[in-house]
Amino acid sequence: MTQTTEAPAPGTTLPDAGAAPAPRATTFAKALNAALADAMEADAAVLMFGEDVGPLGGVFRITDGLTARFGEERCFDTPLAESGIMGMAVGMAMNGMKPVVEMQFDAFAYPAFEQVVSHVAKMPNRTKGKVRLPIVIRIPYAGGIGGVEHHCDSSEAYYAHTPGLTVLAPATVRDAYFMLREAIASPDPVVFLEPKKLYWSKEEVDLAELRRTYDDGEAPRRIGRAVVARPGTDATLISYGPSVPTALAAAAAAAEEGRSIEVIDLRSIVPFDDETVCASVRRTGRAVVVAEAPGFASVASEIVARVQERCFHSLAAPVLRVTGFDIPYPSPKLEHFYLPSVDRILDAVDSLQWED
Amino acid sequence: MSTATNEGRGRRMGGAAGGTPSTAAHALLPSPEPVQLVDPEGHPHPDDRYPLPDGDRLLGAYGRLIAGRRINDQANALVRQGRLAVYPSSHGQEACQVAAAVVLGDEDWLFPTYRDTVAVITRGVDPLEVLTLLRGDWHAGYDPHEHRVATQATPLATQLLHAVGVAHAAKLRGESTVVLAMCGDGATSEGDFHEALNFAAVFHVPVVFFVQNNEFAISVPLKNQTVAPSLAHKAIGYGMPGERVDGNDLAALLAVLGAAVDRARDGGGPSLVEAHTYRMQAHTNADDATRYRSADDVERWVLKDPILRMRTYLKTLDLLTEESEQAFAADADATAAVIRKGLNTEVEVNPTELFEYVYTEKTSQLREQAALLREELARDADAAAAGTDGSMEGDQR
Repeated sequence: MTQTTEAPAPGTTLPDAGAAPAPRATTFAKALNAALADAMEADAAVLMFGEDVGPLGGVFRITDGLTARFGEERCFDTPLAESGIMGMAVGMAMNGMKPVVEMQFDAFAYPAFEQVVSHVAKMPNRTKGKVRLPIVIRIPYAGGIGGVEHHCDSSEAYYAHTPGLTVLAPATVRDAYFMLREAIASPDPVVFLEPKKLYWSKEEVDLAELRRTYDDGEAPRRIGRAVVARPGTDATLISYGPSVPTALAAAAAAAEEGRSIEVIDLRSIVPFDDETVCASVRRTGRAVVVAEAPGFASVASEIVARVQERCFHSLAAPVLRVTGFDIPYPSPKLEHFYLPSVDRILDAVDSLQWED
Repeated sequence: MSTATNEGRGRRMGGAAGGTPSTAAHALLPSPEPVQLVDPEGHPHPDDRYPLPDGDRLLGAYGRLIAGRRINDQANALVRQGRLAVYPSSHGQEACQVAAAVVLGDEDWLFPTYRDTVAVITRGVDPLEVLTLLRGDWHAGYDPHEHRVATQATPLATQLLHAVGVAHAAKLRGESTVVLAMCGDGATSEGDFHEALNFAAVFHVPVVFFVQNNEFAISVPLKNQTVAPSLAHKAIGYGMPGERVDGNDLAALLAVLGAAVDRARDGGGPSLVEAHTYRMQAHTNADDATRYRSADDVERWVLKDPILRMRTYLKTLDLLTEESEQAFAADADATAAVIRKGLNTEVEVNPTELFEYVYTEKTSQLREQAALLREELARDADAAAAGTDGSMEGDQR
């Protein structure tokens, strides 16, 4: 399994060198699974543990097959205790390992909060960099899947507010792969937010090709780098994680109405890419931030503040937010009233003081 | 569910394996009374299970005990002089401090709390680096990897899980490392205490959990923390052995902790040791212990002092001579002098260092903020050079 190119058996005919393997429809979940497997293959210090991540393969099957392939010392189930999982990860990282832990659901990560905030985030600073903690905290997060309470929280602001943590939220299948590889390779602790509603989204990708690209160092850095997911000229939608497809759908709908909307996919909440975001807003002069989390004291609020501070003279209208309401996450039959929708985004765009 | 005993775990109990469920469980229980090998009067108190450590070992550890007391006295004095922000003293608990450090080998790890400064210094960490935290120059002043001593934990019980992780990583690599993790009686009420003991037992990792029961969590007495027969009894709930030891008896501590470390190193898994001791001084210098305990209570423990009884014992056996006493005192004085001199020397703090270690590579935001602070400092320096007050100038802008 370690070979990236298989040696042909003697006497066999080499396949046509020009025939690229056909990209297959690959899910976001499968890309994460492949990233974990490839990282574990590449580095024996990478361990995966959490609740139900062993033989079951995780409740979302992100760790499917890892125990069978790497053994129960490399991918294993723990007692059902999130602070225990996180605290043990701290010790393992202190002692040469690169733990990847799964918090089963966003809201189930809260018992680990003290370990994350007081230890994971602070240890490198407390010790002047003598102890680094290369830990990845994978969190299936946010809503839109009809989940019952405590299964759909957008908890990014808690982590983004904590200095020392890198906070990532991929929105595409390719980014899911590359960002998880990059997170595992990072010397700093990473909170890796996996939008649950995107787990079964698909893209045509060749996972072997992604692995080669990453291993050859040809994948551009994604931590701290936002990307223009759709270019446009009239206004900018700034989004991340589960809200990116919604923002893209809104931009497509706006195009039909003759408005050219640019969509920025942040990918990395911390570090935040001021440069890409502000370059877009300076060009378009209008911006709306789209995020599922309650808007009050949120990542969205921070983005608005940063954009106003840096792009004030380029702005034709106030920067608006389309976020979740400031309420606990609603029950399944009510969640669609809460989540940022295409219509709500288009309404916000319409209110950006257009002169036409 | 009448057969609640988990037989699958039986193989993990080391010495407890093999018997019927009830005898296996019984083997996990601590001694009815704390193990004591030398009584408060300095008389030997033989125990079939724990032989008295040999004379050389006791004498060496006694020397560290003298140094430990001196370190506590010196640090307290430095708080009074304003050289340390605060010092949680282990006065009266020095036998626990010394034993925790000296039972470990170089390949082992120690996980101390904020009250375990003496243990950290006994393990070999530079006293001035240890006191960085309490002096206020930075948070952790020493490199944890250098002597395999984790940062001193101020949150309670969280470090016990880190200890489990260090031990687990070592075990996965096939190393013989043992981890000794310290906490106090109050910390046993924390959820992380439970999770750490359970994880250690389930993963069968070589950790010795060492609880210094000094009877108070700041002001709250042990009876408000638990109604368990003893803290060591909690071990059976995790399927690991518990043991109780006289926390002011250096000989008993060396024997009991030594056995627990040996057991862990031999693949016997984790265990819990509770030392019965007493915090002779207030929680910290900011605390007023007279509000919650009487002078009589404290007086009773003066008679159980760990130094007093070990000195009597060693002198009775002619192991402690006048010369060695003088040598120990001189060593202790030398350590105190190093601490005094170091802490009376002003160390310049570097404000721009604030941004250096948050991430391996500074984010653009931190680079901006560091530049802002540098500008402020440059402005202040310019103003100082020009003979004006920098902050005034800032206000006038």
